[in-house]
Amino acid sequence: MTFIKNFLLFWYDFIVGDDWVIAVGVVLALIITSLLVRSQINAWWLMPLAVIVLLAISVLRETRKGH
Amino acid sequence: MTTSAVILVLSTFLACAVEGVEALTVVLAVGVTRGWRSPLIAAGAATLALAALIIIFGPALSLLPIDALRLVVGTVLLIFGMGWLRKAILRASGYKALRDEAALYNKQIEQARTAGTEVRAGMDWYAFTLAFKGVFLEGLEVAFIVLTFGTSQHSIPLASLGAVLALLAVVIAGALVHQPLSRVPENTLKFSVGLMLSAFGIFWSVEGTGIAWPGADLSILGILVFLTLASLGIVTMLRRMRERQTLTTAGAAGMGR
Repeated sequence: MTFIKNFLLFWYDFIVGDDWVIAVGVVLALIITSLLVRSQINAWWLMPLAVIVLLAISVLRETRKGH
Repeated sequence: MTTSAVILVLSTFLACAVEGVEALTVVLAVGVTRGWRSPLIAAGAATLALAALIIIFGPALSLLPIDALRLVVGTVLLIFGMGWLRKAILRASGYKALRDEAALYNKQIEQARTAGTEVRAGMDWYAFTLAFKGVFLEGLEVAFIVLTFGTSQHSIPLASLGAVLALLAVVIAGALVHQPLSRVPENTLKFSVGLMLSAFGIFWSVEGTGIAWPGADLSILGILVFLTLASLGIVTMLRRMRERQTLTTAGAAGMGR
């Protein structure tokens, strides 16, 4: 059980890293993109914008941790 | 060579160069203090283990349908790349300390000196384990990048080429200087790799949802330029915030006197 837990924790840390907000935000943005595609909207622009907004939120969260 | 192929080789080259510099610090510290045989065998074994991972998982991943592959791989690559970019932005703006290879090297040397010696079958197992772990863990990120980039582009050999060239460059530089490569601008390299991973991650994950990018493959360059400018903007914003905080703290300290 400990091995499985450590294995999963390792991969979580390896891929998700220091801030889960980025991972959750990316998945949400992709879901919204998919929904827009189904509504015939070619929403290629959404993801680049979402990435920058998420990065800004994530680094601001980190800077506040120190204060 | 297409634009995406050039960026593919460049990304794996830079990623492997950064991780190679970090792994070299460990191998050098162990080699200098405890002899070269065990750490060099360990570094070779770890490199072979990483190559085996790519050889095993590469063809398996390639069996997935291309849209599903790009959606999954692109999403994972994007999250992974944003992690690199986030760290590089925090370091560039002064909110996180820059990695100091010389200091890490000295720390590793001290640890290697004070550790006990267990020699079995002609191998110093402390030195072997430390060097193997260092090379394998640093290299795992490179193997991950080679696998994800390679399968999505249907070109694992091309992705591997960038990694192998960087590995050779780091090994030759390490053998020549016999010191950690502390002058390599690690954060700039990490920043660049983070940007490239994120750009490809955006491109593939969005393509996986069924969207056709305007300009096809060329749009990767557009995403890269956009991400670079926006990330540099975030760095500038954070630097200003930090300056303001420093001034406020200094002002408060002055008032307290």
